[in-house]
Amino acid sequence: MESHENISSIEVKPADKAKIRHLLKVALILFVITVLEFGVAFLMPHEMHTIKVWIFIGMTIIKAAYIIGEFMHLAHEVKSLMWSVVLPMVFVIWLIIALMYEGNSVLNSIGG
Amino acid sequence: MANTATSTIKNLWNGGVEPFRASYGKLMMWFFLMSDAFTFSALLVAYGMVRSAHPAYEGSPEMFTFSQEYWPIPEKVYEAIPFFHGVEAPLVFVGLMTFILILSSVTMVLAVEAGQRMDKKAVEKWMIWTIIGGLLFLGCQAWEWTHFIVGDGITGANLTHNQYGPPAFADFFFFITGFHGTHVFSGVLLNFMVYYRTATGLYERRGHYEMVEKIGLYWHFVDLVWVFVFTFFYLV
Repeated sequence: MESHENISSIEVKPADKAKIRHLLKVALILFVITVLEFGVAFLMPHEMHTIKVWIFIGMTIIKAAYIIGEFMHLAHEVKSLMWSVVLPMVFVIWLIIALMYEGNSVLNSIGG
Repeated sequence: MANTATSTIKNLWNGGVEPFRASYGKLMMWFFLMSDAFTFSALLVAYGMVRSAHPAYEGSPEMFTFSQEYWPIPEKVYEAIPFFHGVEAPLVFVGLMTFILILSSVTMVLAVEAGQRMDKKAVEKWMIWTIIGGLLFLGCQAWEWTHFIVGDGITGANLTHNQYGPPAFADFFFFITGFHGTHVFSGVLLNFMVYYRTATGLYERRGHYEMVEKIGLYWHFVDLVWVFVFTFFYLV
């Protein structure tokens, strides 16, 4: 076994400029999307509520994809690991939609 | 070590090969994050159902008043910022919290990058910034909770009574943001532990900074959950 006890043998590599630039670009995208969300929240009229909701959901999924894919590095892992994480979440989305539908039925049945 | 594994072991079932080509620790962190994601999903699913079982506010936003009869418009509830009492600034404060958390995610990913090239000083620097970001976020949340609980000073909100709308609205606010805040809190503790072990040279003696990557995964997950909470609790 090689020993790492000797501190002077540790070699500090120089910063990977391209990689850092890529990470900062991802951060910038996240910022811009959040600013856009604010724009949609305040500039679009209240009557377009349904469209706003779908825009928000779309932007959230884009942000989530960048955080999971780049920050958590999942996009660069083995594809089978990526799908083992992503696929179960599809069922969660199904459950959210199903129970929102269910909630609407509850509302209708109590005469709301 | 990696070279000997790939050159000598041909049979994938005889051990020596990491599943998914991810280390044991990272894979276990992914397992944990999946289970944690299901817990948060359960909260969001319940929130979605209860919210759609309540009538929505139908009138124009200008005429909006708080009532137990319908679900409130979130931006009418969260419109206060510290030091500017009485100024209506809808969602500005929660937007600030979002930026703080994204920023601390960026500093975390820079700490991971520094760890991969054995740069102890840079890891320390970026971990400190990540810890500061986490503490700032917790401070913001403490203020927001206080404001929400105290309300206009007469009624406010707790688990059974809520001046802003149906009691379930306050319940979900406390449970979802509270559960997330607990994660941020334990994340700050873990981040501090990583900082301490970096500063005392443990990872350098160990020969790698993988722990920074594993705790980094957790920290990004906390940021990820906030992205969803921000959308579904504050924006929609």
